[in-house]
Formats: sequence, C-alpha cells, structure tokens
Amino acid sequence: MSMWRPDPTFYPSAKMAMQAPAEKLAFVAMLNGKDNGRHDALGVVDVDPASSGYGNIVGQVDMPNAGDELHHFGWNACSACLCPHAPHPHVERRYLVVPGIHSSRIHIIDTKPDPRKPQIVKVIEPETLAARTGYASPHTIHCGPDGIFASALGAPDGGGPGGIFVMDHESFDVLGKWELDRGPQNLAYDFWWHLGFDTVITSEWGTPSMVNKGVNPEILLKGGYGHRLHVWDLLKRRHQQELDLGSEYQMALELRPAHDPTRAYGFLGVVVSLKDLSASIWVWHRDDGKWGIKKVIDIPAEPADPAALPPLLQGFKAVPPLITDINLSLDDRFLYVSCFGTGEFLQFDVSDPFHPRKTASVHLGGIIRKAAHPKQPKTPLNGGPQMVELSRDGKRIYFTNSLYSPWDAQFYPEGIQSWMVKLDAKPEGGMEIDPKFFVDFGELRGHQVRLEGGDASSDSYCYT
Amino acid sequence: MSEGLAVWGTLFLLGAYHGINPGMGWLFAVARGMQEHRARAVAWSLPPIALGHALSIGAVVLIAGLAQVALPLMYIRIGVAAALMGLGVYKLIRSRHFRWGGMQVGFRELTIWSFLMASAHGAGLMVLPVVLAGPHAHHHIASQRAAGGVWATLIHTLGYFTVTAAVALLVYWKFGLAMLRRAWFNLDLIWAIALVVTGLMALLV
Repeated sequence: MSMWRPDPTFYPSAKMAMQAPAEKLAFVAMLNGKDNGRHDALGVVDVDPASSGYGNIVGQVDMPNAGDELHHFGWNACSACLCPHAPHPHVERRYLVVPGIHSSRIHIIDTKPDPRKPQIVKVIEPETLAARTGYASPHTIHCGPDGIFASALGAPDGGGPGGIFVMDHESFDVLGKWELDRGPQNLAYDFWWHLGFDTVITSEWGTPSMVNKGVNPEILLKGGYGHRLHVWDLLKRRHQQELDLGSEYQMALELRPAHDPTRAYGFLGVVVSLKDLSASIWVWHRDDGKWGIKKVIDIPAEPADPAALPPLLQGFKAVPPLITDINLSLDDRFLYVSCFGTGEFLQFDVSDPFHPRKTASVHLGGIIRKAAHPKQPKTPLNGGPQMVELSRDGKRIYFTNSLYSPWDAQFYPEGIQSWMVKLDAKPEGGMEIDPKFFVDFGELRGHQVRLEGGDASSDSYCYT
Repeated sequence: MSEGLAVWGTLFLLGAYHGINPGMGWLFAVARGMQEHRARAVAWSLPPIALGHALSIGAVVLIAGLAQVALPLMYIRIGVAAALMGLGVYKLIRSRHFRWGGMQVGFRELTIWSFLMASAHGAGLMVLPVVLAGPHAHHHIASQRAAGGVWATLIHTLGYFTVTAAVALLVYWKFGLAMLRRAWFNLDLIWAIALVVTGLMALLV
C-alpha cells in the first residue's frame, strides 16, 4: 500500500541522510556453520545504548529450511526511490530481502509491525530463480530506482556466468536476468552503481563450484579467482569496459562507490596478492568518459611461526591480512577496512581518494593475535573483523567475525566462535571499541549487519 | 467571453497543477543542475521538459479533435469520461511505477521522458473535458476547432512551464531538497482521484 508522504527514512542526498536519527536495532544474518541440521536465522540486535537490552539479541526469525548459508541481504526500497527519472517515493522501506548463498532460496522478511519480531512473508524457491534468470547463489541486494537488483555467483550447475537479476520491489516477483550484453564478463560477486552517470560496476569472486567447498589452492595459485571489474551502461544493460588488476591480485570483492552521485570514483577491496600475500584497496575513477583503476593502499602480510598457522598457510610462513569487507562513510570521507586474517580493523581518511591517510587501527581476533575485547579482556577471540556496517551519521561502526562457513574452516580450523562488536568513531578520525557492546552468537555465526532505517551501504542517492 | 476566460483560466491552472508535481519535471531539472553543479543545467532542462509535456497534451487534444469530425460531441464526452474514470480507478487499485531513462539525459531524452511521464499520468485526458467545454469545441468549422486546440495546449503548457520553472529555480537556488521529505505528498493518489472527478465533470458539465 502506498503512503501519503515519502518514507521518512528516504533522504534526497547522502549529506541529508547523515542527519538521520540513530538506529536502535540492527538486523544480522546468523548462519549455522555446523553440520547439525539447525536452520539459519535473521537476528535482531538491540543497539540502543539507553535500552536495558543493549548489546543483546532481542529477536530472531528462523529460516524454514536448513542449509541456506545466509550471507548478504538488503532492503526492498531506499532513498533511490526519490530519483527524478523514476520517482515513486511512497513505497515503504519495510521488507528485507534475505538470500541463502548455498540454497539459492530468497526470503522476504517483513520488519513491520514489530521490528523485533520480523516475519517471513514470502519465499522464492531456487527453481523459480533458476527458471526466471538462469542464476544461482544470490549475493548482494541493492534497492534501485526502479526495482530490487541482486547479484548471483553463477548458474544452477555451479558454473558461470554469474550476473545480476531484478525483482519487483512490491510484489517481489523475480523479473529476469539484467544483462543484455555481458561482453567478456563471466565471474560475479558484488555490484553497485553511479546513478548520476547511469553506470554499474561489478566485481569478481568465483562461480559457486569454485567457492562452495572452500578456497581451492589450485585455482588460487593459477590466478583463477576474480581479478577484474566490469563497467556497464545501467540503461542499455550492456558491458562497456573491463578493468583488469592482473591475475596476481586474487578476489576483487567489495565495491563502495562514492555516495555523492556527482563523484565518479569508488573503492575496491582485494583479498590477496599471490606475490606476497598482501591485501590492497584500489580506486576506480572516470576520466573523459573512460574508466581507470589504481591501487591506493597496500597492507602487507605478517610473518608467523608455521606451527601456529592453519595447514593452508603453513607453507607461506605468514598471515595474510585478507581484506574481506570495506565500508565508506556517507560523506565519502572515511573508508573502513576489515582484515579477516590479521584481525585488524582500519580507518582511512579518503577525502583525497588517491592519497588515503591511515587515521586509526584496532585489533580484535586474528589467526595469530587472537586479540580480546575490553568486555572480556582475558578471553582470546578468533575469527577477525569481517562484515562491517556504519551508521548513517558515521559515528557508530558495527562488525561481525565470520566470512563464509567453508572458508572459515580453512583459516580458523578450530571453529569460529562468533561475535559482533561496536566501535565509536570520532568526527575528525580515530575510533574506540565500545566496552559495553559485545554480542556472542553462541552456536550460530553472525554475518552481514543492516541497521534499522538504513546504513552506509544500503541506500543510493540521486542528489547532492 | 467570460465563459472563454473561465476555460483558459482553468487550463492554465491545470497546467500549474501538473507543474507542481515533483514527478512531472521540476525535480528532474533540479537534479540536472546538481549533477552538473550549475544553475544553467536547470534552465536548459526546462524547455525540453515543457516541450514533452506540450506534445503529450497536444496529441490527446488532436485525437479528440479528429474524433469530433466523425462523432457528435456528446459521444466524445462520454468516451473521455469513461477513459478518465477507468484510468483513475486503475491507478487507485494498481499504482504502476513509471520508469524510463536515467540521469544522463540530453534535450531529446528529456523531451521523450516528459512526454511519456505526462502520457502515463493521463495529463492530456485530464485537460480534455475543459477543452471540450470551451467555445471553440462547438465550432462547426474544423480549422477553428483546431486553432482552439492549439491555444488550449499552449495555455496549459504556459501554466505548466511557469510553475515548473519557478519551483525548479527556487528549490535549486534557495530552498534545497530537504523539504521533499515532508512536502512530497502522494500526488499520484490525489491524481487518480482527480482523474475520476474530471471524468464525472465531463459527463455533467
């Protein structure tokens, strides 16, 4: 049902969204990383410091089937609904679109009337997704100006190509494959866009069969995982340009374009370099209508005693940082970087995107370091900073510590004990761990976090 | 004469009403200005937006004028009324969202966008009962009726253009877009009701 006024969580510009009230709840994908038949769930975490339940899971909805491997998820509608060419501001931001990356099942979850008791209102079965799109393993969800866009890792047989499909933002019908001409693109992972330039950027990981049994050292050492970005015409749905980092750089994953629609640049996190196990951040940018890409941050591997390393890494005698997630504040000023391997979480001032300046670093978990949280300073933590989400005002940072269950087992073979933490960011740079906030997920593992009303990776804007 | 004035006045006001709807053009002009960081982009967006709107209105008026050659005015009024009420009720039940084009648009794309946007909203249909109530509609000479149709389209577009331009420039220079969050009423809903009401009026007036 449409409303009389725009959804109050829609903002014309990212700058205006920074004035939004602080979130009181966070939604977290909670997956079962064990082979015990338990179902994954979507959890609701109280993030209101004034509440007695602060830092606790206060609600949970279990998925109807086992084995989904919940991963990323997103909203049915967001600020992109205010875009001038396809305006429909009276849709509600209400439903979470929650895919299972292993089951290819997509759950539509209603966060109203009680956001602490979300309800599953529709389930799209993998057969429907396959029949309508030819895709499987749905991954990133973004609300667009004219529908819900989602990426998928590959085809139902586990091979390629992966790509993008579109869903109706009211009926949640799967409308079909998005690409009309994919050019040389085969691998898929993340995607986002520059709405002001009618341009889509997509990144590369691997097809379902390349990733769902863990990282395959044979493929990795041959440079077979993704190392390219693809630039697309959003309207013509055609491939325009390929940006190749070189096969030394493996797994070009998370994409964070500038939130200001007039700025044609963005940040890419690359998991590992085959040369020295370093991780890197790259900036793609537009000059005279052509797109280019440049490495702007290198994070080196840390030498380590092989005996302390998991079998996969023993031969390298080092811990790779493994940049597995990044996030950009709504003013395009601070970039946050998760290093799942070393357990480091970094903040960079990227006011000048080509010359980032490191402003803060925090350690939690890590393969060797196992850094503890101030709430339990004697308890070593495993896993490392991973899915990171940032409040719209840029003041609060949340992250969880699991990556993807088949890969968790290779880097943390002892079994990840999953947690979620909160950091407070200072306006001019710097951050501190909130000693009062530590969520223990028990038997499950926390993955992506979404904040009530929107966050720094949920909305796109058409105005400055 | 006073009857004619009332008709032209109503056409102008209907144009103003179409113009004030953020989805019908001014917001796009503001967005173009913001994307290019200059007020000139706002100004340059206005002519194609107005042209597209005028073409949409003109096309509907022309079709009605051609129909008048073959059919008595009363039949046309009943047809227009039925179309208006049908469209209004449809929009109330199932609000389909308009989509065409993107943010990088030139003169041609903006004209097409505005034409399609106005057509999808039944803007021309809404104007038709007023045109048919005007003195020119009763002329037995086709060329006189045609001149009346052209004038009707121009006056409507003038009302539309005046408001679109004023709102776009004021928002761009002075007020900013924050008010959009509160003041963007669901004009589609009002619009659907307006379609039904003008349909009824077409029958009764």
